Amino acid sequence: MTDQAFHRQQAELLPQRAAPMTQVGVVGWARTNLFSSWLNSILTLVALYIIWVVVSTLIDWAFISSHVSGTDRFACTSEGACWAWLDQRIQQFLYGFYPSEETWRVNLAFVLLFPALAPWLFDNVPGARYLRWFSLAYPIIAAILLAGGLGLTVVGTDKLGGFTLNLTVGLAGIVLSLPIGIVLALGRQSRLPIIRILSIVFIESVRGVPLITLLFVSNIILPIFLPPDVSLNAVIRVIVMVTAFASAYMAEVIRGGLQAIPKGQYEAAQAMGLGYWQMMRLIILPQALKISIPGIVNTFIGLFKDTTLVIIIGLFDILGIANAMVSNPDWLGLSSETYVVVALFFFTVCFSMSRYSIHLERKLDTTNR
Amino acid sequence: MKFTAITGAVAAVAAMWIAGGAAGGAHAATLDDVKAAGEVKCGINTGLPGFAFTDDKGNWTGFDVAYCKALAAAVFGDPGKVKYVNLTGKNRFPALASGEIDVLSRNTTWTFSRDVDLGFTFIGVSYYDGQGFIGRTALGAKSAKELDGASVCIQTGTTTELNLADYFRSNNIKYEPVPIETNEEARKAYEAERCDVYTTDASGLAATKSTFPDAENHMVFPEIVSKEPLGPLVRQGDDQWADIARWTLNALINAEELGLTQANVDKMAVKGNNPEVNRMLGSEGSLGEMLGLSKTWAVAVIKSEGNYSEIFERYLGKDTPLGLARGQNALYKDGGILYAPPMR
Amino acid sequence: MATTALTSEAKGLEFRRLLTDERSRGIIFQLAVALGLLAFIIFIVANTLANLEKAGLEPGYGFLNDPAFFDINQRLIEYTSQSTFGRALVVGFLNTILVSSLGIIAAALIGFSAGVLRLSNNWILSRLVTTYVEFTRNVPVLLQIIFWWAILTGLPKVRDSLSIGDALFLNNRGLRMPAPILEQGFGWVFAAFIVGVVATIVIAKWAKRRQDQTGQTAPMLWIGLGLIIGLPVIVHFIIGQPLSWDIPERTRFNFAGGFNVTPELIALWFALSTYTGAFISENVRAGIMAVSKGQSEAAFALGLRPNQTMRLIVIPQALRVIIPPTTSQFLNLTKNSSLAIAIGYQDLVSIGGTILNQSGQALEVVGIWMAVYLSLSLLTSAFMNWYNNKIALVER
Repeated sequence: MTDQAFHRQQAELLPQRAAPMTQVGVVGWARTNLFSSWLNSILTLVALYIIWVVVSTLIDWAFISSHVSGTDRFACTSEGACWAWLDQRIQQFLYGFYPSEETWRVNLAFVLLFPALAPWLFDNVPGARYLRWFSLAYPIIAAILLAGGLGLTVVGTDKLGGFTLNLTVGLAGIVLSLPIGIVLALGRQSRLPIIRILSIVFIESVRGVPLITLLFVSNIILPIFLPPDVSLNAVIRVIVMVTAFASAYMAEVIRGGLQAIPKGQYEAAQAMGLGYWQMMRLIILPQALKISIPGIVNTFIGLFKDTTLVIIIGLFDILGIANAMVSNPDWLGLSSETYVVVALFFFTVCFSMSRYSIHLERKLDTTNR
Repeated sequence: MKFTAITGAVAAVAAMWIAGGAAGGAHAATLDDVKAAGEVKCGINTGLPGFAFTDDKGNWTGFDVAYCKALAAAVFGDPGKVKYVNLTGKNRFPALASGEIDVLSRNTTWTFSRDVDLGFTFIGVSYYDGQGFIGRTALGAKSAKELDGASVCIQTGTTTELNLADYFRSNNIKYEPVPIETNEEARKAYEAERCDVYTTDASGLAATKSTFPDAENHMVFPEIVSKEPLGPLVRQGDDQWADIARWTLNALINAEELGLTQANVDKMAVKGNNPEVNRMLGSEGSLGEMLGLSKTWAVAVIKSEGNYSEIFERYLGKDTPLGLARGQNALYKDGGILYAPPMR
Repeated sequence: MATTALTSEAKGLEFRRLLTDERSRGIIFQLAVALGLLAFIIFIVANTLANLEKAGLEPGYGFLNDPAFFDINQRLIEYTSQSTFGRALVVGFLNTILVSSLGIIAAALIGFSAGVLRLSNNWILSRLVTTYVEFTRNVPVLLQIIFWWAILTGLPKVRDSLSIGDALFLNNRGLRMPAPILEQGFGWVFAAFIVGVVATIVIAKWAKRRQDQTGQTAPMLWIGLGLIIGLPVIVHFIIGQPLSWDIPERTRFNFAGGFNVTPELIALWFALSTYTGAFISENVRAGIMAVSKGQSEAAFALGLRPNQTMRLIVIPQALRVIIPPTTSQFLNLTKNSSLAIAIGYQDLVSIGGTILNQSGQALEVVGIWMAVYLSLSLLTSAFMNWYNNKIALVER
């Protein structure tokens, strides 16, 4: 009976009317996203209030009523934050005890890091082929820049500190753990029982214990294991332990990548007559590593945050320097200010990396579909 | 191919092992290692006002550090040839035992078990200390015995932690220990009134008090609850190195007794009338050679930071923020107990 | 002559085949690795023995029976400075378990709420939660622990403690609370509690069966609460209140009586649970998003309200995805609790460190650490396997 209504013919379409005010624009957006129900409206107001309180207090503390100049904490007379120490101490936060006339070497090593990383992290980098060779040489270049040699003044590892130490330990750990992680991941999937068991035992026992106990091992046990006349310095020992730690996690990330490669790839490679290592090197690993990059970046973020643990064994990383400064009579009690600065350093690095890794995951996701 | 590789690897490891064992036997010559390395690896505190702290340029300095410099001067004639390794209460002994450092100069108490059981040799006492307490005057307590129910900040892994437990148990006083990893953080906790009193060596208490802006509101309690002879130590089993370390310290003390200072030591090094000075500074006899060092080693030692008294006054004495009196640490002839064997 | 040449050539061939044949090559390679490892272990053991002898240390666990001589401020079992090193380690282990369990509960709650709120259609709320998640995830947890500790030591001093009803005191030495004193007859209250729990389980099973058969639901939450809390409370009053409270009192320096939650414990607990909570919220979000939209659309079509859809349809399916990675976050939290050492909370690692320093038995102490954490991690993965098998989709 309603058929008639449907069959009614219209000569031309009615002109489109604008959507109602309450559905579009700022008002519409606010209605659907902020005030869709009573509960939601209340939550919105509460959230807005929290944001207002937090942001206004923070801005007031950090900027408006803060104090920026002076030579000790007594110069800071206002209620807000005391930033007077930044001027004097930021050098130490960044470079630790590195000689100030040599800090350009740290800066240079840091700047060179970007061209070394670019060809692996981004597509369409001009001259990627040459850059890849450069990135293979980068660890050596960076080591020479930091430690000296080849005409540069030798700087002892005991001078490494501050954010430089965090970056050095984190980067060295991740770079060194990559090949070990690959070997362990292959070992875990190997058909040879001894190799497989050894890999599993290593991976699981390292992943099962906290990094701090491994750092104690590096500090206290490693010297006992080495021949009596061999001694490694503290930074090297930490890097050794951090590498062992990271390679276990790396192995799991790469194993995930290996498992994601369709079986057909293995079979096709074998059908082509490739041996195990040829198959891995030419077919499997390039694909597996590519899809593992987000995981590798995440491992690095975790490892990088964990480099702060070195303060527990007496090294002065950025947090250690901050702690030392806060207990210096001139700057006693400025913990909030220093911790905020340290947190910002880590947040900047880790957040941008995690954004990158998410971006990469999305990109890989679409190519697979 | 493979087999040769394997046997090669096994042989190499075995060789390393044997070499390791052999080197273990021949490890005694710390002096040779130090000379080969070109620097003395010296373990110091991670930060203790007066004893080991960084100056504005980030260089380590202080009473404990001065000893490291003197030792480097004895070996190399150059007080700058030191590599400082900062150590916490927890990792100082493993660092020395493993050879990461050649000498530990980190306000360490000489005790029986450390000397005998842990396998170290204390080479003397550089500072006679004792454990005490600091508290706010507002507490109204005049003595440590009145501290029933108080919270006590304490650095873990030290003898003070053990003394504290002993003292309160023997006096039947209840307390809440607040263990903290480093001296600096313990002080921070005390400053924040996380605890009522802070206990450490009396010298450390003075150092701590000196850093408080309201020092007059804090008092050091009269009780000294332990003997804390602090001194440098080396690994057991290398007598030559222990002798060098021991006589470097003795040279500093004897220099004060003989009136040798940083300023006049060069002049005194020319042979004079005092045979003891002549022997010590190398213009007579061959004490240096007996130690395996140069003739004028003691000159270099004294020139590095001066004699014991000069070092003490520069870092701990009346004109420093710590303002410590010599007290027990005065020479025996000035009423203290500091006494170095003669150099002959 | 010719035969020997032939055999030697054959031998050469055989030998080469030994290396080219996949099976034998595998065996040789493994033998090589095993031998290399063995040599490495011998190398290390020899060094260790040489070093220990040089240091005059005797390996072995005998020292655990020696008196510790130091005090511990937070102890869940009886402990004095006269107790043994072994007992001190147990105290530390229990402290690790305490902060980990508290942290796991809080992290689960925080993570779950944050995960759900992030998917809320309230834009500003989800942004607020995202900010929290991103900020906590990207800053070292050690820094957060130290930060919270610094905040807590900035609380009012003992003299100006904040108090609630003169029974609960908050100051920079922690939260001092009344401690329950169990008197004669409290066993009955405890028994009532057990009965309540058992009864709740039985009723829940019955209710589930009834729901399966008839579709009728029972208000299990209220029944459970009534039985587990209500029953013991009633019993408590019936038999004449066998529970009294030890109220904290001010003394000259501190408070006496009651029990104290130290700022170290609070800071560690707070930092660990907010940090791990942020990671868990990501798992929760991923889990909810993994449930296909058709499920909730179907639920809406059946007339379920959004709330019910979430509770009855989406969450049960999402849990399958959420639980495995969340278990490993719980394990991470337990491992991260070892950072306690930075603020002086006396957990297994912190007390072990002190023992290591006082006794010199470094290898043994580290061995104990490793053994404890490895067992915890093995237990967790055993649980995870059991759970995965239990919830694995039963395909028809």
